[in-house]
Amino acid sequence: MAMGYSDKVMEHFAHPHNVGIIEDANGVGEVGNAKCGDIMKMYLKIEDGVIQDAKFQTFGCASAIATSSIATDLIKGQPIDEALKLTNQAVVEALDGLPAVKVHCSVLAEQAIKAAVANYYERLGQPCDVSKCAACEGGCCGHDHGAEEE
Amino acid sequence: MFVYADNAATTAMSPAALEAMTTALRDVYGNPSSLHQKGQEAADALAEARATMAKYLGAQPREIYFTGCGTEADNWAIRFAAHEGAAKGKRHLISTPIEHHAVLHTLAVLEKEGFEVTYLPVYDNGVVRPEDLEAAIRPDTALVTVMYANNEIGSIQPISQIGEICHKHGVLFHTDAVQAAGHLPINVVEQHIDMLSLSGHKFHAPKGVGALYCRKGIPLKPFIEGGAQERGKRAGTEALPSIIAMSVAFREACEHMEENARKVGAMRDRLIEGLSKIPYSRLTGDPVNRLPGMVSFCFEGIEGESLLLRLDLAGICASSGSACTSGSLDPSHVLLAIGLPHEIAHGSLRLSLCEYNTEEQVDYMLEQVPQVVRTLREMSPVWAHMMETRENPYKD
Repeated sequence: MAMGYSDKVMEHFAHPHNVGIIEDANGVGEVGNAKCGDIMKMYLKIEDGVIQDAKFQTFGCASAIATSSIATDLIKGQPIDEALKLTNQAVVEALDGLPAVKVHCSVLAEQAIKAAVANYYERLGQPCDVSKCAACEGGCCGHDHGAEEE
Repeated sequence: MFVYADNAATTAMSPAALEAMTTALRDVYGNPSSLHQKGQEAADALAEARATMAKYLGAQPREIYFTGCGTEADNWAIRFAAHEGAAKGKRHLISTPIEHHAVLHTLAVLEKEGFEVTYLPVYDNGVVRPEDLEAAIRPDTALVTVMYANNEIGSIQPISQIGEICHKHGVLFHTDAVQAAGHLPINVVEQHIDMLSLSGHKFHAPKGVGALYCRKGIPLKPFIEGGAQERGKRAGTEALPSIIAMSVAFREACEHMEENARKVGAMRDRLIEGLSKIPYSRLTGDPVNRLPGMVSFCFEGIEGESLLLRLDLAGICASSGSACTSGSLDPSHVLLAIGLPHEIAHGSLRLSLCEYNTEEQVDYMLEQVPQVVRTLREMSPVWAHMMETRENPYKD
């Protein structure tokens, strides 16, 4: 398969789920950096502590698009606390693996969810201890966290 | 539809080269160094192949050395010339920042050994200016190495002028002609070229064979030690079937050069014209002085690997200089050297054509590429950001 991607990655890349924006999202997070070649923007609609809907926009390689797709699938319908437990390893496993050089893309998905949840709490004016960059590998990157800049 | 549009990476073998190669594999199995009849048959075939290569380069047969690839020829020529210069106290080299890694990484090793390298500016069209070279040459310059044509953006360098300036100053001139050989006219004498590298698989010969031209009188030293093959300069039993196939492919390419360039150039121009209509796209490389088959673009707001793989799903084999495709964290050094910012260089696409491509394939690419670019833009936050301040061309 192309670039050593699994069939699952290619399936989510070719036909990504949950692409787009949520007009009335109440949690929005953007991570990554165009200079590094990947940016992920996550939109969440949260009601009663549960993620009712999740959508994304991603600029990046096939693995960035596939991880965005599967990560939004995985958190839809989940309580916030559960969604925050989604690790990049879980994302990689759900995609039947990623090539080693692409693992940082799965970290980006985890970070995008955390950034969107943090933004949700900020909007509520509630203190938030969601670590936005707990697992950030830096890479190219030393990821600028777009949500923080805005 | 299937379209192979990655001929700058490698080409399919020509039927004539394949035929010559299979015949040689089956029948011409002697070792050219053997004295018996089977060996002499092989030696004759080797001599014929060498004469063919020389003829179409404007060189003499004794000036052609067969190698394992273009990279070996580059390494050999540059390391030799540098060390030869150093023996005379010359430790300065001149090149460009858009060379192939076979050249750039060799230069980096030499820099660690204490050589000084000047990289000439290539401007936004990816072309060296002769006056910059003239100004960069010093009394201790041992070698100028400038590629004939670029493998990512297709820009052709003013090789004759560069050669003339080098010779005026008594400096050796090497050119990596891997993308040019078989596609652009080459005459090493008229163009003042001292050393030239080429690779067979870029003109429908097999992978694993290349050649170095080194002008008579230059005391070339071996890079690989061993037997007395290649006049004692390049040890190792000659890959005769590949060498024969390369000579057949080279003759074919050179004899049909004008006709191929006309056909391929017309397809290239139609693709460039069509893809230029994609909003926020830009052609990379020189618009006029470019390889006949080279179509290279950057599309803002998208990333090259996803573009490439979407095209692959549509049956189109292309290439990109994005970080993700290079396996590194930075986009192509060529795109950065011509002044493109990282964000834009990430959205690069290279379609490289040859005479086996068809007008129908061009039609298909003109239909698919704009669609794929649009699809990726519609899911890109970078594009969305751009459209906050500009008019969205995709608004129906």
